[in-house]
Amino acid sequence: MPILALDQVSKSFGALKVADQISFALEKGEALGVIGPNGAGKSTLFNLITGNIRVDAGTIRFDGEDVTRQPPMARCLAGVGRTFQIPQPFEQLTVFENLLVGGAFGSRKTEKDVGERCADILVETGLYPKANQLAGSLGLLQRKRLELARALATDPKILLLDEIAGGLTEGECQELVETIRNIHRRGVSIIWVEHVLHALNSVVSRLVVLHFGRVIGDGDTETIMASKDVREIYLGIDV
Amino acid sequence: MSDHISSSSWTVSTRTRGSAFSMLAILALVALAFTAPLFVSRSVVQDLFFILTMLVLAQCWNLLAGYAGLVSVGQQAFVGFGAYAMFAGVSLLGMDPMAAILLGGLAALALSVPTAFFVFRLQGAYFAIGTWVIAEIVRLSLAQWKALGGGTGTSLPSGATRDMIGVRLVADLLGVRGPQATDIVCYWLALLLAVVTIGSIYKLLRSKQGLGLAAVRDNREAARSVGVDPTWTKSFVYLVAALATGLAGALIYVQKARISPDAAFSVPDWTAYVIFIVVIGGIGTIEGPIIGVIVFYILQNLLADYGSWYLLILGLIGILVMLFAPRGLWGLFTDRTGIQLFPVRRILAGQPKPKDIRGSD
Ligand SMILES: Nc1ncnc2c1ncn2[C@@H]1O[C@H](COP(=O)(O)OP(=O)(O)O)[C@@H](O)[C@H]1O
Ligand SMILES: [Mg+2]
Repeated sequence: MPILALDQVSKSFGALKVADQISFALEKGEALGVIGPNGAGKSTLFNLITGNIRVDAGTIRFDGEDVTRQPPMARCLAGVGRTFQIPQPFEQLTVFENLLVGGAFGSRKTEKDVGERCADILVETGLYPKANQLAGSLGLLQRKRLELARALATDPKILLLDEIAGGLTEGECQELVETIRNIHRRGVSIIWVEHVLHALNSVVSRLVVLHFGRVIGDGDTETIMASKDVREIYLGIDV
Repeated sequence: MSDHISSSSWTVSTRTRGSAFSMLAILALVALAFTAPLFVSRSVVQDLFFILTMLVLAQCWNLLAGYAGLVSVGQQAFVGFGAYAMFAGVSLLGMDPMAAILLGGLAALALSVPTAFFVFRLQGAYFAIGTWVIAEIVRLSLAQWKALGGGTGTSLPSGATRDMIGVRLVADLLGVRGPQATDIVCYWLALLLAVVTIGSIYKLLRSKQGLGLAAVRDNREAARSVGVDPTWTKSFVYLVAALATGLAGALIYVQKARISPDAAFSVPDWTAYVIFIVVIGGIGTIEGPIIGVIVFYILQNLLADYGSWYLLILGLIGILVMLFAPRGLWGLFTDRTGIQLFPVRRILAGQPKPKDIRGSD
């Protein structure tokens, strides 16, 4: 049984179709990359999977259960963790407290029970020197790390990553890839939307290509990277 | 995961430097306040009663606006409804005023359930307007209640507060006359209510729900995505605030012993002044309303002779503070000194094992 299955999922903003009968399934423990030009509907796809945006049509099943009508917190509790492309920290809380929220609510435990795990996640994501600083005082790159760390704190079964590698130096990018690999190795399924293809392809084994809200490619990394559509769309971008 | 198990040297604490000292200072202050009726005059006891009840109202409004982002301008609905329920208990059911105060609180809580359904459908400014509309509806409805004097209001039956539980005992023990003993009992009740209200709010803020509240306030969409239920969290706060506001309203009107719809549902008295207190003291802190109510009391005494200028000057001061010290007087103080009487920050202390360390920049 797949961990996540989308069936004919559609969504429009007015006349703009941002998700057009999207269907695909993700096996437990799989790592999937999603690529496509800006405005293709990648972030919207994540919002549909997490429930931040409701589908117009189609069904979403998570871990065997139909979650199409469930609100985001229910899906989070079921095991869907996500980062936002534009980081959305709790600015008046400290970095550590941001994780505590995710840990205590997202995995339905007491603060006491999740404190250690949150601290360990801060170490893993390189944020622990900032633990007691207000999240609002972080720069963009650290905000992105915080997105990842907070999502991890919810103890997800599937992790949705939305362009978290953009703007990193080569060294930082390597570190990030290493961190995501470790998370994957622990059995967390991953869907990663990313323009930095060499980072993406060193983690995922399968790619889905979105274009104007439609899936125009779905297959293993080499096949997709070699296809004509992808080369056209990504012309000029480091393949 | 195995390499994380041994790095369990973390501790989490909300204590700050000096927080043990400030707890002691607060306890001493409460003890002093408790004994105050033994050595201050009746009018001082009445003033302290006023300060404490306004403090309870301000803490409730601050909980709503400062922590839950619910800017209500209709809290007078719960003051008035609690007060009227207390009056009904005493005048119509023959209850002891002290029991009737509890009835007032429960009545306000009961009122808050249906009103929550209505106002929680509204966002932002519409929420504020909705709370005000409800307060007006409740006021107009109670003005029709002929048994409690309709639009002109009524007084508590003579002797009702003199026979209140504890009043005779206090009169005998302290050797004071009945009305003064009533004031003293009311004052102690106000002190109890203020301590319990502040204590409960502080406990809430340090709990998991308090953390969720802050998350929703900062970023609702992100909070939903990490498993927080904003509606539940806000509803809980709204109900708790209504309960405490209703208790305060009932208590205020036991002491006043006379009620009318216009007074019990007064927007200036129970909402405008309360907002002023919170804004000037510092919204979103427990300390803020405490500072605010003291400043408000001083201003009220200084400006008592200036009639309508009084309101203008209050408004002007409120605006100046909003412009130049948006976090209020307590905000100014705490920014400079770092002192907090009621710290809620979860401070992480401890070191990871050396091999786990990774640079951050
Ligand atoms: N809430 C919204 N309301 C209206 N249009 C939106 C909204 N969110 C995204 N869009 C539009 O939908 C399209 C897809 O956006 P998005 O999913 O963010 O694309 P991507 O992440 O692939 O760059 C874009 O044209 C964007 O302007
Ligand atoms: Mg996007």
